Amino acid sequence: MILSDQNFTALFVTLKLASISTIVLLILGTPLAWWLARSQWRFKYIIEAIIALPLILPPTVLGFYLLISLGPNGPLGGLLKMLGAAPLAFTFTGLVIGSVFYSMPFVVQPLQTAFSGIGQRPLEVAATLGASRLDRFVTIVLPMARPGFITASVLGFAHTLGEFGVVLMIGGNIPGTTQVVSIAIYDHVEALEYSQAHGLAGTLLILSFMLLMIVYGANRRYAVGQP
Amino acid sequence: MASNFAAPIKAITKVFKEKTGHKVILAFGSTGKHYAQITHGAPFDIFLAADKERPLLLERSGLIVDNSRFTYARGSLILWAPERSFESLDAAIRNISSNDFVAIANPKLSPYGLAAKQVLQEVGLWLPLQAKLVRGENIAQTFQFVSTGNANVGFIAGSQLPENLLRQANTFWSLPPSLYSPIDQQAVLLKTSKLKALKVAQEFLTFLKSTEGKKIIQKHGYRFP
Amino acid sequence: MSIDVRFNIQRGDFNLVVDTVIPNKGVTAIFGPSGSGKTTLLRAISGLEQCEDGYLKVGETVWQDNSWFVPTYKRKIGYVFQEPSLFTHLNVQNNINYGMTRAKCRNSVSKLPHTIELLQISHLLQRMPWQLSGGEQQRVAIARALAADPTMLLLDEPLAALGDEQKAAILPFLESVYKTLAIPVLYVSHSREEVACLADHLLLLDHGRLHAAGTVKDIFTDIDLPLAHQTGAESIIEATVAGYNTHFGLVQLEFSGGTFSVASASLPAHSNVRIQVLARDVSITLERQKNTSILNIIAVTIDRIEPETNAQMILRLVTGNTVLLSRISCKSAYDLDLKKGDKVYAQIKSASLLI
Repeated sequence: MILSDQNFTALFVTLKLASISTIVLLILGTPLAWWLARSQWRFKYIIEAIIALPLILPPTVLGFYLLISLGPNGPLGGLLKMLGAAPLAFTFTGLVIGSVFYSMPFVVQPLQTAFSGIGQRPLEVAATLGASRLDRFVTIVLPMARPGFITASVLGFAHTLGEFGVVLMIGGNIPGTTQVVSIAIYDHVEALEYSQAHGLAGTLLILSFMLLMIVYGANRRYAVGQP
Repeated sequence: MASNFAAPIKAITKVFKEKTGHKVILAFGSTGKHYAQITHGAPFDIFLAADKERPLLLERSGLIVDNSRFTYARGSLILWAPERSFESLDAAIRNISSNDFVAIANPKLSPYGLAAKQVLQEVGLWLPLQAKLVRGENIAQTFQFVSTGNANVGFIAGSQLPENLLRQANTFWSLPPSLYSPIDQQAVLLKTSKLKALKVAQEFLTFLKSTEGKKIIQKHGYRFP
Repeated sequence: MSIDVRFNIQRGDFNLVVDTVIPNKGVTAIFGPSGSGKTTLLRAISGLEQCEDGYLKVGETVWQDNSWFVPTYKRKIGYVFQEPSLFTHLNVQNNINYGMTRAKCRNSVSKLPHTIELLQISHLLQRMPWQLSGGEQQRVAIARALAADPTMLLLDEPLAALGDEQKAAILPFLESVYKTLAIPVLYVSHSREEVACLADHLLLLDHGRLHAAGTVKDIFTDIDLPLAHQTGAESIIEATVAGYNTHFGLVQLEFSGGTFSVASASLPAHSNVRIQVLARDVSITLERQKNTSILNIIAVTIDRIEPETNAQMILRLVTGNTVLLSRISCKSAYDLDLKKGDKVYAQIKSASLLI
């Protein structure tokens, strides 16, 4: 099945969106998950609930509120306008921001679980052996939490690949910038272009499956700790 | 039932009930989805589409009662720029800059979108605006994009103009019908209608075509061929 | 040179108050029943346990006071935890190297092969932690702690998680390691046997309070302390190997009160040993017995007499700078009319060597 140019572009946009969002989430999510795993703050549960919201809320709710807040009269949009920055709705950057909110629990929660699973002891041992805080994080926490990182990356990436509701609300369906595969498939079906829908959906399915196999296969080969 | 027809149809069913005592159940959704459901045997009695293509397809497939297809309303296309004010349509169009996001309904899915595309092609803006053309899944979403301010300009349906806007006359302009092919919204009576309901359905469609029915429809911003 | 320790730590209902000086060399055992605060104290000294009210000075350096706290990673210590705590993502060699590379010290590089050999772990270097037994893991943990060339070695009941057989196997390793170390060792334990075997100095803790601090010999035989009144009350005697009777398989040991004969394999001449004598194995005679099966009879003076129950009492006997505890029945004491200052003979039915 050869994809039309536009469909190919949609695929490219989707992969770009998923990759960039996952990277952003790993960068933001790692310190957040670390704090959540270690903190004893009694109001921690409030933060955990906020992060977990996208797990329960329909994506369209998230998209709807994003649309309103990104508008020139909304809090985020207004702020951007004041700073002289370009508006974010209907832009790729806007989609990345939406995806970051939408996929956050899928990245933060596995990381948090992996970090708590390490426990206190290995870090104490490392401290007695002369490792500073940052040293301990890089040489002990990161390697020991590797399965968590893999899960977080895969889940974050996959979740963004399939994103529909949020993109529907704030994407604007601009080919080449904000038209992602899920929207393109939806449009093909609406317009009764079933063979195009098949082509795109099938390609995405095969790609996702191959990606997952590679990731889980690699994780097995370089297992950390007990096999 | 096309979602853009929600307001008028609710008013009509209310009057219909008062007059005949019959209750009409409404199901809203996109024309495309309804079409797919009907072709797979969904038990609707009447189908009010947002275009004329789908009713035509249903007729060709033999799924409707003979000669029951007719135009129940004709939509009009409006150019709306809530934050701006110009004397004329020309001025408004000339003012669309490369920084603006322009919202239209997806031309593949909505006759309003198709009409907007035709208008933009006529004024030579279709290709230049490609990167800034925001496509709503339906005319309702298109309206949403403009009303939240994310798109500065948009092509919406005449039936969508909110009451209070009529006071801010210089923010919207009606597009001359000559620039686009007519947006005929057609209705059909489906063969799947059961015998008992069939009679009531026919009564309803008659009411829809009646002067009283048309008055209600017109009040909500539609025209007739 | 010594270690000044002053802590007042509150953890929930538990309160630990300690104010003492620990010698800067040799093995100091922190001894006491479970829950007495031993681990808390060790952790406080290592900096793993934060507390507002504490003072710690090691030699000339203050590690902690009211406004100053040196974080654990800057204190050059080696710490061996109760459960083997090897890094599961590194093999044995890399575990050992972890502290070493952070110590940036040349000394450790030259001492390491010796330590590895001493602990007999050279054949384990390429293995992963889960492939080792508990005893092997602890030996690696000790090597790892020492590889970083610490100024102090702290061990928190390192044998507690091991079975009896493994304990017996690892004890000699510990002993040999301590003998070669020039740094102080702090050893937390609730096992008399380990302490008797390994420790020079003792801190006796109970319910968060320090009951006594002193040499092992002194504390074990101090009648005012609970240790002397336990069933396994014992005396520790330092002696040197004087000779060996091959025919009867006895080693002759010289100590400040005379000579001891103990059944044992041959030992190198002039090496230092400890003799462990249980109080219940020491009986008293007023005159030196002839024609008795008991080999070791020592002239002693009664230093103190303390009744324990209405049936038995404990005697503290001294000769030279050696102290022996003896537990006898009250009736015997009465019959023999024993009193403080009496010169009598202690008969030791059996003694063990703690090498």
